[in-house]
Amino acid sequence: MKIALFATCIVDAMYPRTAQATVLILERLGHEVVFPAGQACCGQMHVNSGYFKEAHAVVANHVQAFDTQDYDVAVAPSGSCVASVKHQHELVARRCGDPALEARAAVVGAKTYELSQLLTDVLGITNAAEQLGSYFPHKVTYHPSCHGLRLLHLEDRQLNLLASVGGIEMVELPQADQCCGFGGTFSMKNADVSAAMNADKAANICGTGAELCSGGDASCLMHIGGGLSRQGSDVGTLHFAEILASTLQNPITVTGEVTLAGSKR
Amino acid sequence: MSSNTFLGMPTLPVFGHGNLNATEPFPQAAHRELGNEQLRANLGHATHTIRDKRLKVVAELPDWEDMRDAGSAIKNATLANLPALLEQFETNFTARGGIIHWARDANEANQIVTALIRETGETEVVKVKSMATQEIGLNEYLEEQGIAAYETDLAELIVQLDHDKPSHILVPAIHKNRSQVREIFLREMPVVDPNLTDEPARLAEAARTHLRKKFLSAKVAISGANFGLADTGTLTVVESEGNGRMCLTLPETLITVMGIEKLLPRWEDLEVFMQLLPRSSTGERMNPYTSLWTGVTPGDGPQNVHLVMLDNGRTAALADEFGRTALNCIRCSACMNVCPVYERTGGHAYGSTYPGPIGAILSPLMTGIKSEENNSLPYASSLCGACFDACPVKINIPEILVHLRGEDVDSQRAKLKVPSQMDLMMKGAEWAFSSGAHLNLLEKGLPLGKFAAGRDKVIKKLPGLAGGWTQSRDIPAPPSQSFRQWWAKEHQPGAAAIPGNSSAGTTEGEQA
Repeated sequence: MKIALFATCIVDAMYPRTAQATVLILERLGHEVVFPAGQACCGQMHVNSGYFKEAHAVVANHVQAFDTQDYDVAVAPSGSCVASVKHQHELVARRCGDPALEARAAVVGAKTYELSQLLTDVLGITNAAEQLGSYFPHKVTYHPSCHGLRLLHLEDRQLNLLASVGGIEMVELPQADQCCGFGGTFSMKNADVSAAMNADKAANICGTGAELCSGGDASCLMHIGGGLSRQGSDVGTLHFAEILASTLQNPITVTGEVTLAGSKR
Repeated sequence: MSSNTFLGMPTLPVFGHGNLNATEPFPQAAHRELGNEQLRANLGHATHTIRDKRLKVVAELPDWEDMRDAGSAIKNATLANLPALLEQFETNFTARGGIIHWARDANEANQIVTALIRETGETEVVKVKSMATQEIGLNEYLEEQGIAAYETDLAELIVQLDHDKPSHILVPAIHKNRSQVREIFLREMPVVDPNLTDEPARLAEAARTHLRKKFLSAKVAISGANFGLADTGTLTVVESEGNGRMCLTLPETLITVMGIEKLLPRWEDLEVFMQLLPRSSTGERMNPYTSLWTGVTPGDGPQNVHLVMLDNGRTAALADEFGRTALNCIRCSACMNVCPVYERTGGHAYGSTYPGPIGAILSPLMTGIKSEENNSLPYASSLCGACFDACPVKINIPEILVHLRGEDVDSQRAKLKVPSQMDLMMKGAEWAFSSGAHLNLLEKGLPLGKFAAGRDKVIKKLPGLAGGWTQSRDIPAPPSQSFRQWWAKEHQPGAAAIPGNSSAGTTEGEQA
């Protein structure tokens, strides 16, 4: 299968390893990965901040990058950005009076998958240890990000993939479905409320005794990890794609040299 | 709605007035409320309890999602056909001996109610818990006119005795715990047992004794209504305590204030809403008291039955094609009970009578986004979507929040001559994010960020708006190259094609 990678802006600029891991997993399964070079961002930050006019150019760029390339499906390691591509792009085009873009956005949206969706529903991965060789001998908890949970209805896809990794010990996160408080510009405009939500999330994570918290959105993980780091916690955050990409022969190390999202370990 | 029908009325919708406004920006109000640890504890406990109860009773129904669809469809149909349904309701209500009054805004409604009370010669009234009368500030208005209004709902009574404001639409005293309630009763009730404890049963008994005299002597009652049924002209009040039933049956005169959007087309529509409402609001299969009345029944119950139909910005909300479904709200409060923002700030932070997620859209829709500080309300959400999932009539609250943010941005842009810091940031991001080449150019500067992060590899302080982030969170040092740079320079297609292949490492690139 020919799979177009939408890296997302935050992963491209801040967490390239998450996109590298995504490429690695898909290539390990024998698929061809392409990277449409024109891509930049889904535009969600603009939309969710009320800047529809500015979002128009960003959405148009994404649609242009992804409907001029030949591929079977597109994938992104983010529930939130995929939800934006699937649910917001048409709305932005409609509000900005661009019916041609609206129609093209619908086509791109329908072909775009979140990573766990693609792995589970399309590629039939049910056992990461057996099918991907995933091995990660660490104690891990998991935060399901809101947009994956409520907009894409990913249910336990990410969690099930993680639980099937060799050597991993998963511990349940209390009140896992509660928002971490990121919310894009919400974290700046309503910094106090956002911080209060993040503090509760951090307390729940630390209470599990896990070495790190995994999830499917780099933005939420940066927020949670940034809060943990400020508190001086040793607990870091790591995208589930990187855990899936880790193998016995080529483990991802979580001590010493590797910089985890938001934290220094 | 054809404007020809309303010759002589203003062509533009009238915005709402009364207790619909935030009077300070939400972040400022939230900052203060977050500092109140007792409030945080009370709210955390109460919202989590009610959340769990709701989930349990909702899970019992295999057709809950179908029911939500039905509720949403009935409400959408009601709004689409509102003018005709209002006239149908008026015809039926009037035919059964009721009298209808139309109020364009809060002030008109308050004046109508006052005049109706004056006609009776009374100076005291009892009240059934009602959001509409909170919205128009009726109690305060009546007090200015020399009329005393006594709240009979236990929680409303607590709030009224404490000279406080409700902070939740269903549980107005949710921000108080029982020992605080005991203190309020001891301080404010004219006759009260000085040995009152904070046991719920004892507190309820104290309230019962306090209220009983009022029920037996009151000649006038004021209520709101949960539903108005167009095909029969029937009004409905759904409640838990039975105090509402006393108000609705004992006095001679009954004055109801109801928003125009509260109609349902048909009697049998109650079948859907009487399942949706109690399960969503109190987490009960069925509420204890449902009162329905249709006009006047000679010799039984109130003989003077009035209804004030309140617009107060509802027509303005209806005119907003992206926001109008907010009027589907049946005031169950499920959205605020599941909201992580409400849970931490409480209802007072929203200023308006309507707090929480629904308030953050309904208030600015009814008053217009430019009214006082209401433009800060649509930002009072992380857009987590829990409210949409919980809403029994499927109001897409996150989508309407985002729509209203857009309205605010446009209105600010039109007002301010100089772009705001956020405007500039968004403009810059538009440039960066509307082209892969632009973003690539910017990403070449990533090593600079790495330099800024220094030896501990985190950024702890940023200027301006971004300072809101570093107030409580670090930012990791950026990588030395972006993914797209790695892809262009280092990616080797198919290098990892076999599971366990020795090249299947993932950690190259970003090991510092």
